[in-house]
Amino acid sequence: MNVGIVIVSHSPLVAEGAAQMVRQMVGDEVPLAWCGGDPSGGLGTDVESIQQAIERAWSEAGVAVLVDLGGAETNSEMAIEFIGEPRASRIRICNAPIVEGAIMAATEASGGASLGAVVATAEELSPQ
Amino acid sequence: MTVLTGEDFRQFVIAMAGAITDNAERLTTLDSAIGDGDHGANMKRGFDAVVGDIDVLAEKSFAEATKAAGLKLVMTVGGASGPLVGTFFMTLGKELPEGIDRKSLAAAFATATAAVAARGKSERGQKTLLDVLYPLHAAIAAGADAAGMARAAQAAAEATIPVKATRGRASFLGDRSIGHMDPGSASVALLADAAARVWAART
Repeated sequence: MNVGIVIVSHSPLVAEGAAQMVRQMVGDEVPLAWCGGDPSGGLGTDVESIQQAIERAWSEAGVAVLVDLGGAETNSEMAIEFIGEPRASRIRICNAPIVEGAIMAATEASGGASLGAVVATAEELSPQ
Repeated sequence: MTVLTGEDFRQFVIAMAGAITDNAERLTTLDSAIGDGDHGANMKRGFDAVVGDIDVLAEKSFAEATKAAGLKLVMTVGGASGPLVGTFFMTLGKELPEGIDRKSLAAAFATATAAVAARGKSERGQKTLLDVLYPLHAAIAAGADAAGMARAAQAAAEATIPVKATRGRASFLGDRSIGHMDPGSASVALLADAAARVWAART
């Protein structure tokens, strides 16, 4: 089973758009989910929605999460903690730009790569 | 030593939520200057949600209620402040003993502050809420009375004005973050003032 990809943006439009690009460029072999927006529907992120997105994209091979700004990362970390072990250690947040990172990670995942390889491929996009 | 109950927790929550509501507009104005302009609305949404649960929370022990309120804040605030403020209360609730004295309050507060630092991968001096939490802890540990705690928190929030942000959204602005109060610090000072008033009335 291929690694799943989750896209978490402050904006549901950005998250959905990035997911659309992944689907078109990479195809359907990768479990994919997105979420965006705060609990009132404004710009922001929501721990519960992130947990649900990870559930939707869940794969026994693990899930790579792409985030945009600070709160998306902190809320994703919180969501992973709430999901808890044994699954939490198979969910990784990528330090990568959200759109390009999602596409590179999904491309790598679609070839059956491990979670570590998927995350590493996305993170190649970030300057060290 | 003071034993606080769930009913005491109700008083703390009502006071803190009231302070956030009364100042939501000011917090959002501060956040518009150096952040994304949603801090007041986010904090208000979180504390309104805690107030919405208050009858259930008031039936728990003070520590359990504090923990549950922290979780509620994590789930409802929505911005980066949610996990930070929520983690503070979740950890405080885990650490508080049943009978609270100065020493156990200071110890629980220190652990909760350290948890916020770990959650935000941040430290003191970066223009974040930690810049109020650490001095407030120092005031508690040093034996300040309630008014002294509130003054220490307010002074610490004001001291963030000349600081250049190096963590959080404001850090994107670099030098332009100088000259504005950190909104998270302003929120913590408001919460501290509200909590200190309740504490003074109770003890």
